[in-house]
Amino acid sequence: MSEQFKNRHRNRQQRINSSAHNHGDGHEAREQRARATSNNRVSAYLIRHLQVFFFSLGQLCKAPFSSLMTAAVIGIALALPAGFYLLLQNVQQMGGTLDDTAQISLFLQKGVSASGAEHLRTQIAAMPAVSTVDLISPDAALQEFQQYAGFNRALKLLNENPLPSVLVVHPSAAHSVPALVESLMVELSTMKEVDIARLDMQWIRRLNALLDISHRGVLILAILLAASVPLLVGNTIRLAIQSHHAEIVVNKLIGATDAFIRRPYLYSGMLYGLLGGSIAWLLISASFWLLSGPMQRLSLLYDSAFILQGLGFVSSLQLLLVAGLLGWLGSWLAVGRHLRAIEPS
Amino acid sequence: MIQFDNVGKRYPGGYEALGRVSFHLAEAEMAFLTGHSGAGKTTLMKLIALIERASNGQVIVNGKNLSGIRRRGIPYFRRDIGIIFQNHQLLYDRTVFDNVSLPLVIAGHHHHEIARRVRAALDKVGLLGKEKLYPVTLSGGEQQRVGIARAVVHKPPLLLADEPTGNLDPELSQEIMALFRQFNQVGVAVLIASHDHALIARMGCRVLTLEQGALTIDSRARLTQ
Ligand SMILES: Nc1ncnc2c1ncn2[C@@H]1O[C@H](COP(=O)(O)OP(=O)(O)OP(=O)(O)O)[C@@H](O)[C@H]1O
Ligand SMILES: [Mg+2]
Repeated sequence: MSEQFKNRHRNRQQRINSSAHNHGDGHEAREQRARATSNNRVSAYLIRHLQVFFFSLGQLCKAPFSSLMTAAVIGIALALPAGFYLLLQNVQQMGGTLDDTAQISLFLQKGVSASGAEHLRTQIAAMPAVSTVDLISPDAALQEFQQYAGFNRALKLLNENPLPSVLVVHPSAAHSVPALVESLMVELSTMKEVDIARLDMQWIRRLNALLDISHRGVLILAILLAASVPLLVGNTIRLAIQSHHAEIVVNKLIGATDAFIRRPYLYSGMLYGLLGGSIAWLLISASFWLLSGPMQRLSLLYDSAFILQGLGFVSSLQLLLVAGLLGWLGSWLAVGRHLRAIEPS
Repeated sequence: MIQFDNVGKRYPGGYEALGRVSFHLAEAEMAFLTGHSGAGKTTLMKLIALIERASNGQVIVNGKNLSGIRRRGIPYFRRDIGIIFQNHQLLYDRTVFDNVSLPLVIAGHHHHEIARRVRAALDKVGLLGKEKLYPVTLSGGEQQRVGIARAVVHKPPLLLADEPTGNLDPELSQEIMALFRQFNQVGVAVLIASHDHALIARMGCRVLTLEQGALTIDSRARLTQ
């Protein structure tokens, strides 16, 4: 079978070679011409699409106010879920930076000496689940307390330093998952030098749970609002089709295919989507710009290097792409339903 | 070019607009279709252009049996026919050039080719130099000629015209008819529906007369019998 094929192929090759030989460069010239016409056809196709694109753009520009109104509604419908999503991502990131700061405070027994505390520090620091351990001596703790207004006078009333030595344990990166941190805390709290072990992580867990719920909510909101975009575009395109009834009839009478008639409407739908997407982008960028000042002040108060992240390049591109696709989809749905109904009579 | 065999057309309401019509229009032949109002002239034209479908009988146009053409095939079938309407059916938000170029754009021709052919067609109907104007700025006769240029720009082998001179004065009508004759002389089959008996008589072509949906007189058939 394959032998046969090879033979046939070889024969054909010979024929081509001999014909090329006989007619000088005739074969090559023919091939070149074939390539040129196919290039022509491709370029004619592209030019036609470009023409339709600019025609559709021109149609939108003919009624700038109503086009802009439609696009603005689309923009708001897209900006809401996209903005919420971005905000959530920021909060999550902030939670992430707090996750790293999860630490266990070990309040040592009153009787543990400074050298004993230092010994315990090195012992705990050697554990694999632990990254670093800071020792806060009673004196250092007292000094720190004295810096806070109001405490000073209260502390002066005491004859001796009431504060214990404190070891602040930072779990290693691999062990900063809540469950592991907790088991580490349980392990440390059983040491005989340790009086109280404290882990303040509950609020991070609650935050994460809340974020999960918000994610769901934003997803539902996004689906609902995104679904409104094709409906909006579809309705606009339906009106456009109705107002071009006569033109569509003429086109059909002189042999236009459905695809030809559909094309400008699909392009307008996509353009509405893209324009709406751009407006959404502007709305989100403006809102985040307004938020970034107060956010920075807040983050300074928390001693955190957190910076509000706006729409990056990739996200912006994604937003525009989704907007364009939704517009195209809406137009496609409308065109499919309404063009078929228009026939010359 | 056109062959009708016992063709009948009954509209959805039950009204029989055509009954048992048979005739044959040869290639490169020119003929008039006449008859009083409501006789079925427009209906017959619509059957040829597949705007309506025959209820019974067989219609063959350009070698194609129309009952075998599905919905998807209709656009390609219509590209072989030039249709001219009484009310021009021009697009009033496009220039004369854009109107005339429409059949070529639809067929996907290259823009150099389109410009050349549109100018040739406009030259033929005597409107060269008005290509950048909008149809509303033209007279009725000129608008009709734009419609004719659009119908012939892609060189179809068959021209259909339903009352093309309905709104024009006799002199303009005469000019339009002369134009049709010119196209016919270069090998295009032409079928024109018209009320205007004086005009038809002056042209000296074959005349098909419809009466209440039936073909009662075929002038060529009478001559040969
Ligand atoms: N879509 C339709 N539905 C029902 N009846 C129709 C329809 N179109 C035409 N008719 C009827 O068919 C008959 C023939 O109509 P047609 O338009 O073919 O006549 P015509 O010869 O072109 O007349 P005119 O000279 O007035 O244009 C008329 O009685 C008309 O009422
Ligand atoms: Mg009529």
